[in-house]
Amino acid sequence: MRKLLFQNLWRSPLTEPAPAPSEQALAELGAKVDQVARQRLGRSLAIRQVDAGSCNGCELEIHALNNAFYDIERFGFHFVASPRHADVLLVTGPVTVNMREALERTYAATPDPKWVVAVGDCGRDGGVFAGSYACVGGVGAVIPVDLHIPGCPPSPLQLLEGLLALLQIQ
Amino acid sequence: MNATASLQTVLEAGQPVAEHRPWPRVIVTPELWTTLSEGLARGSWTLLGLWGESGTVHLAVYEAPGEFGIASLPCPDGRFPSVGRLHPPAQRLERTIADLVGLQPVDAPDSRPWLDHDRWPVRHPLGSATPPSQTLPPYRFLPVIGESLHQIPVGPVHAGIIEPGHFRFTANGEAVVRLEERLGYVHKGIESLLQGASLEKAARLVGRVSGDSTVAYALAFARAVEAATETEIPVRAHGLRALMAELERLANHFGDIGAICNDAAFALMLAHCAVLREQVLRASMACFGHRLLMDRIVPGGVATDLPVDGIAILREFIAGCRRQFPPLVELYDNTASLQQRTVDTGFVKPALIQQFGCGGPIGRAGGRTFDARCQPGYPPYDELEFTIPRRTDSDVNSRIWLRIGEVEQSLALIEQILERLPSGPVHGALNMPGRMGEGVALVEGFRGDILVWLRLNADSTVARCHPRDPSWFQWPVLEAAIENNIVADFPLCNKSFNGSYSGHDL
Repeated sequence: MRKLLFQNLWRSPLTEPAPAPSEQALAELGAKVDQVARQRLGRSLAIRQVDAGSCNGCELEIHALNNAFYDIERFGFHFVASPRHADVLLVTGPVTVNMREALERTYAATPDPKWVVAVGDCGRDGGVFAGSYACVGGVGAVIPVDLHIPGCPPSPLQLLEGLLALLQIQ
Repeated sequence: MNATASLQTVLEAGQPVAEHRPWPRVIVTPELWTTLSEGLARGSWTLLGLWGESGTVHLAVYEAPGEFGIASLPCPDGRFPSVGRLHPPAQRLERTIADLVGLQPVDAPDSRPWLDHDRWPVRHPLGSATPPSQTLPPYRFLPVIGESLHQIPVGPVHAGIIEPGHFRFTANGEAVVRLEERLGYVHKGIESLLQGASLEKAARLVGRVSGDSTVAYALAFARAVEAATETEIPVRAHGLRALMAELERLANHFGDIGAICNDAAFALMLAHCAVLREQVLRASMACFGHRLLMDRIVPGGVATDLPVDGIAILREFIAGCRRQFPPLVELYDNTASLQQRTVDTGFVKPALIQQFGCGGPIGRAGGRTFDARCQPGYPPYDELEFTIPRRTDSDVNSRIWLRIGEVEQSLALIEQILERLPSGPVHGALNMPGRMGEGVALVEGFRGDILVWLRLNADSTVARCHPRDPSWFQWPVLEAAIENNIVADFPLCNKSFNGSYSGHDL
């Protein structure tokens, strides 16, 4: 183990330079996010991820944000275990009817000010699952959404670009 | 019928269905259905799937070493003899049939709904699809009797980046006395969406039954369509499909090995394995244009060929893994404090593994040898040399070592595939016979064997398609794995299984 740790001290890091925040996301957020709330939260955001019926593809890419290449914590984002600790709900999936109440309760348990980011094509409008008896069809149909990050699934880079728009790191 | 009759003999007593490939499908009487249930209970055969459609239930059965078949029982009065009464692995599948199709298993030991949480606007969406006329009784968890017991309800929203499901623990102090799972939260109604879908739409849907296994699902769907239409695909497509399948296995195994160790608070392993996983996804992106390889395998072949530098990219990637992975294996092997958490934790009796027919690393870490790449087998694996790692210690440690063994096999398989990758087209037209046809395929995903059964309409739309995730036969065994372990070891046990919620809930 010692050898491995020493090697890591000498090697240059794998972490890649920060991408620019997504223009599209900035435009979507501009009208919605209160400047005061942004100042109050500063540059540290606690994210609670909620799977509301995804195929688990989005979860895999959200997980990747924590790896050495993307290292999301360097921007002040960190994933938390409870909605009560969260500033941002990162919601995936077409919102299944069976998850609707759980999502509503998670939203209610998150203290204000809070933002909701809907991830993936399903999170926007149900994606390939739209029209099913078992899906509500989009996060926005259940709780207010501040930002959409499309993709099936969005790549970690796309996720980062969207999330950075929340912090407006320019 | 003689109690030790072979599967073939039993199926020959039924009425064969024409246009079903490649295994036989026969219409059986209730007596034959019961004979099959008894054979499953006796351990002569393994349950591969149990699903329904309006008026019929289907049972897919495997007899070692290489016999497969499907028995179909017409249920004119909406009832069928319960298989779960004799063979517990069928119980959740029967509860699902009752929820989705409305066919009732007679004398079933558990009549509670499973996927239906009494929230959908319809009852029996694959059957009568009528609005609910009355509410279901509240869901009752199994009773637990004893002194000093306490319950810990967990979920559906879990404390991490994980899929949703509910776990009801009953513990005596630290020791778990019973775990009961309640799933169905991510039920998306995929089987209903598949009815009437075009092949293109259906392939996209089946590729999203469980995103981590998108390649294996797309492959199983494509193979079932090709079986139904008697289509031969170009040989190069077989090679490319296997490349993608092994890349998917590598990505998931790297992720799982790291994540299991992380659940024992050994974050170093996760950090390094996550780098390896990312390298797989980047190689996949460079070679096939999608990090998770979604929608790359389609009926008739594959959607994208390797770029000119594809082989070089993959060779370099393999060389990188061969440099970086062995030190991590050594790290695991030499860290006693980590093994202290994994050895003997989450032990499952091999007899239970056998009874449930657990596939994938769970099954092969617990004494099973089954691997769909060998049996029933499909190209190009019949021409490749590989061994199937197998262990019998059946604990968390065993499941880690099994994945390590499979990583090494997959690396070698990719090298072999690259060496003999034939040139030529990667996609061919499907035979469109203009009549109904049925096909079935069994494919080895990273989690285990995935079954896809389908019936195509004369206009090549999907009449009915049933994808069965390996998790159906793994989730129930997790309940046994955690028994008498401490509550704090549940994440470790759960991660060593890594069941799919989405694949199970459909």
